[in-house]
Amino acid sequence: MRRLFGNLKELYKYRVLIQNLVSRELKARYRGTVLGFLWSFFNPLLLMLVYTMVFGLILKGGRVEFGDSPTLYAVFLFTGMLPWTWFSSSSLESANCLMINGNLIKKILFPAEVLPVVTVLSNLVHFSLGLPILFVFLLVFGKGLTFWALFLPAVMLVQMTFSLGFGLLISSLTVHFRDIRDILANLLTLWFFSTPIIYPLSFKSIQESSFLSTLLNLNPMTHIIEGYHTCLFYGAAPHWKRLGITFLAGLVLFVIGYAVFDRLRDSFPEEV
Amino acid sequence: MPAIELEGVGRVYQKYSSRHRFQTFKSALVRGDIFRSLQASELVTAVDGVSFKVERGETFGLIGENGSGKSTLLKLIAGIAKPTSGRLRTEGKISALIELGAGFHPEISGRENVFINGIMLGLSKKEIARKFDEIVRFAELEEFIDAPVKTYSSGMYMRLGFSVAINVNPDILLTDEVLSVGDAAFVPKCLDKIDDFRRRRKTIVFVSHDLDTVKKICDRVAWIKDGKIRMLGDPKRTVDAYLQDITAKQEAEFQERAAASTVAAAVASQAIESAPPPPPEEGRRENRWGRREVEIRKVTLRGLDGTEKHVFHPEEGLSIEIDVAAAAPVEDFVFGIGVFNSLGTSCYGTNTQLEDYEPKLLRGEGKVVCRIERLNLINGTYYLDVAVHKRDGYPYDYHQNMYSFLVSSAAHKDVGVARLPHTWEFSPAVAFGPPDKKIR
Repeated sequence: MRRLFGNLKELYKYRVLIQNLVSRELKARYRGTVLGFLWSFFNPLLLMLVYTMVFGLILKGGRVEFGDSPTLYAVFLFTGMLPWTWFSSSSLESANCLMINGNLIKKILFPAEVLPVVTVLSNLVHFSLGLPILFVFLLVFGKGLTFWALFLPAVMLVQMTFSLGFGLLISSLTVHFRDIRDILANLLTLWFFSTPIIYPLSFKSIQESSFLSTLLNLNPMTHIIEGYHTCLFYGAAPHWKRLGITFLAGLVLFVIGYAVFDRLRDSFPEEV
Repeated sequence: MPAIELEGVGRVYQKYSSRHRFQTFKSALVRGDIFRSLQASELVTAVDGVSFKVERGETFGLIGENGSGKSTLLKLIAGIAKPTSGRLRTEGKISALIELGAGFHPEISGRENVFINGIMLGLSKKEIARKFDEIVRFAELEEFIDAPVKTYSSGMYMRLGFSVAINVNPDILLTDEVLSVGDAAFVPKCLDKIDDFRRRRKTIVFVSHDLDTVKKICDRVAWIKDGKIRMLGDPKRTVDAYLQDITAKQEAEFQERAAASTVAAAVASQAIESAPPPPPEEGRRENRWGRREVEIRKVTLRGLDGTEKHVFHPEEGLSIEIDVAAAAPVEDFVFGIGVFNSLGTSCYGTNTQLEDYEPKLLRGEGKVVCRIERLNLINGTYYLDVAVHKRDGYPYDYHQNMYSFLVSSAAHKDVGVARLPHTWEFSPAVAFGPPDKKIR
């Protein structure tokens, strides 16, 4: 624990570096594209259109909970898709971040955890750039916004803690077991469908099966995405208890992830 | 208090075999004990029990062959790698010029990269802003600083990297072979900067293969071999000892090769004993022809002091000793030698006939010595033709390319075929400092 605080203090000293690396990441990512940072919300938007077409228009099952309205379903999808993209991109990029920046780790002295932190933060910026579009959608096609939307930062904090913990764990382990990259890509697909994003948690087949509802309830991302759904899409009070427990789980993952990272740190310069 | 202090510092690297790695992964998944099963299958010792102190303000050189552990040692001092044994202590802010421009992002501009690189090396944003113009001017990149770094040439890239790193203004500067990248104009500028550091009593650890510079700028030099300190002390003596060691190694390699080629030639010569001389061919092919009415039994290369050797300094002499034997007395004979470089260019050739020696009689066994007072050749490998033939060219015994020697000197960098003896003179209007002044 004392080590953890020492590391966090050290990390804080590098905040200017983190800040600059995040802005570099953002600048570099869309350099050379015509639309530039607009891609930050075109990407989830296009993904939303694909899923709306499949589950809202072809399979139709998705929209029954939304008064059979494809537009309302699309807004629901977008509400979950945007934070999910934050999480999945952070995780996938974290898996690679130490290897991609191997040159830095080998030649320059700085705390390596800066790299997964930068990954999670730059994806947070993308997420935030998508938020205005989401708000417009919620106001125009959705149920409107309520006072509960102000609790969005709380939900984001829970997701942030969880993503950082997961990112630290994944990034350090991938250095030793590159297999994780491939496992993770597939795992995230499974994870995506095990999280109520394209369907609501209240969906009949989930509520009827105790296996499915237990599985979904054990998934921390369920409660995080539900948090977004309740305070943005439904405009209701988030489920504080579930969100609180998820936050604790996120903290535990963060401590474990950081400990593993710290433990493996010395091996990075020779293994990346 | 010394700036850097090492006490029995060692660094062992672990090598994991892929099979072992799979097992680790399996056991990690099955039993969940990643750390215990991360045991190495093979250990490589890169640095082995090294102890030394570098005082504040000292310029300390590290020399040694590739793979001797110099760079690992530097990374240990920089804190990038951790020692597996021993104690290491440093005092003050360290800047390591291990790889210039490490961390430059190709897609963003030089300006942004300067900021990020500077922050990584420990400067604050304000400090960088203050030094920015100087950094850019030093790198001579005023026109290109807003272009993405991917459009830079490798020289521009390195210049910018050096310029940022040198402006970090550390207490201890670690440099690893960074000067080898600059062009003829940039290197002196870098050396000036390093010299400036020395004057300001900063500590420098200087790793380089450029032994002349090491001798010039270092106060003390450590020679690292196989991860251990072989010698530590006065720069000139340490560098000389290191050079001697390299020469001895080259000599041993040469003798090995020479032995191998003599055997090959002996085998080849039996097959072509009575065959006509082959047409002279391009490149170097070891050959021997002639009916051996007069036979060259042995050719020995010696220094002027008589010791047998194969590696020579450009200004050293060489004596070629030829043991000959005539089956029956002959009255017509010419001895000749030819020196060729590795491209097959004839550097020098002569024979007794060209120098107007009148042959009278050769009977039984004898010895011919061609004594070259000074080689005056540039660095490189040379091949030797040795022959005995009649005045009309009819060969008794012709050895083509069968002997070789190496001319080697770290101090000589001149080019061409031969090293013409020369000196430089300048009228007062043409001013040069003495050769050493650039550094001291």
